[in-house]
Amino acid sequence: MSFFLSHFNYIAVAILMMAGLFVLFSSGNLIKRMIGLAIFQTSTGLFYISLAKVFGGTAAIAVEPGSSEARELASRLDPAYVAQYGVDGVVYSNPLPHVLILTAIVVGVATLAVGLAIAVRVREAFGSVEADEIDVLSRVEATQPGPQA
Amino acid sequence: MTALPSSFDVTLALDIVLLVMLLVVAGAVARTRSLLAAIIMFSVYSLISAVWLVVMDAPDVAFTEAVVGAGVSTIILLGAILLTRGEAERPDWRRLIAPALACIAVGGLLVFAAIGLPGLGDAASPANAYVGRAYLEATPKDIGMPNVVTAVLSSYRSFDTLGETTVIFAAGVGVALMLGFGPRASLAPPSAVIGDHHVVPRVAAKLLIPLVALFAFYVQFHGDLGAGGGFQAGVIMAAAIILHALVFGLRETMAAIPPRVARSLASLGVLLYAGIGVICMMNGGGFLDYDYLFPPSVEQQIPGWLLGDSEHAHHWGQHFGIMLIELGVLLTVSATMVTIFYGFGGRTVEAARQEAKQ
Repeated sequence: MSFFLSHFNYIAVAILMMAGLFVLFSSGNLIKRMIGLAIFQTSTGLFYISLAKVFGGTAAIAVEPGSSEARELASRLDPAYVAQYGVDGVVYSNPLPHVLILTAIVVGVATLAVGLAIAVRVREAFGSVEADEIDVLSRVEATQPGPQA
Repeated sequence: MTALPSSFDVTLALDIVLLVMLLVVAGAVARTRSLLAAIIMFSVYSLISAVWLVVMDAPDVAFTEAVVGAGVSTIILLGAILLTRGEAERPDWRRLIAPALACIAVGGLLVFAAIGLPGLGDAASPANAYVGRAYLEATPKDIGMPNVVTAVLSSYRSFDTLGETTVIFAAGVGVALMLGFGPRASLAPPSAVIGDHHVVPRVAAKLLIPLVALFAFYVQFHGDLGAGGGFQAGVIMAAAIILHALVFGLRETMAAIPPRVARSLASLGVLLYAGIGVICMMNGGGFLDYDYLFPPSVEQQIPGWLLGDSEHAHHWGQHFGIMLIELGVLLTVSATMVTIFYGFGGRTVEAARQEAKQ
């Protein structure tokens, strides 16, 4: 397998991450920025899961050792490979990154909601979610304290 | 190096096709000015990445990504644009140069760093050969359950998961403090008679909601044996409740599950989780050390037929501990998601009423 193919995942993740970062940097709209941040966040997850993949591995749900399923899974692979990297005759992918990313996704949606709630309040206070307009409005408010300030 | 298994070729082909699809969709999100289009694209992005996660042997994560990304986060984003506005302004092209250069530079560095990483699927890489393998080998002995992801999540790294559950709870509290708990929506007058064109979604939802809720419980209680667990089940349950609110109106849903109940359940979940940890400490173990969940005197009283074979007797505490903390996670996650939805939904009702006044 060529070097490009075996490292394609990392290149794709890097591009996805930068796409998210670009949206985050370049967009003035607060909602669009949150979407950019969410893409950035998921790309981190893709990176972790890429690292956890094992050749010919199966999901980290233990198969009964010696069962017909275990034998069938092992029969697809080189016996020496199974003996070296398998656990009880079955090769599994690494479960630890799966655990980390599983919880990170749910935490991600909760923090996304907090960011969006802030955007909604900003809109209520300034009537806009565009960073430039908010900037101008907040300066006007700072120099001319109105009755609300 | 060992010979490559032949089945890997299919995996690699799927992997590359799906990643290219992800790149195209991410590009479309970055280009579009319509926020509605961006949100729908992001939902598609999540669904594709869920399929990719299955290819990468991560069904538990795929479950979560499918429900969270394509379901709940899309609804929260839609609620946010309903309260703000649907279109982003086109930025001046000169202001895109600096971000673009920064992203190209960082991306170049990341690709450069990736050259030193182990290739995809390397079984001998440090991450896969030591710590991951150690968990796979120890789980049958220590915990006695087939799903290693659930075992690591709720027993070995239980403290970590408690922290994450607390973060979700805190985020729910944050949203509720900013947007309110949405109680005024339940006081709103019933919406005008729903037109006939809503009949199909209403009938479909009536059939689907019980099935979705049942599936959530299946995912919850099957989490020890197969893909699933409290996080996934919590979000699926919240999706069922949110579907009810979308089709029958927020007022009806709030009558069934009042905001007060939702926020009480969210805190009860965290308390249950932490309480299990304290019980383990009181029985002489460490915090969240489920082997000490039952004091030895109680464990001796457990009848033999209940234990199954005596070989697994010491897993009794682990099984119960994991079941209870997963229940805590289910309560906190589902109730927090519902509270967040009530917050956004309550604001929408209020904003519509203010607009009507003007």
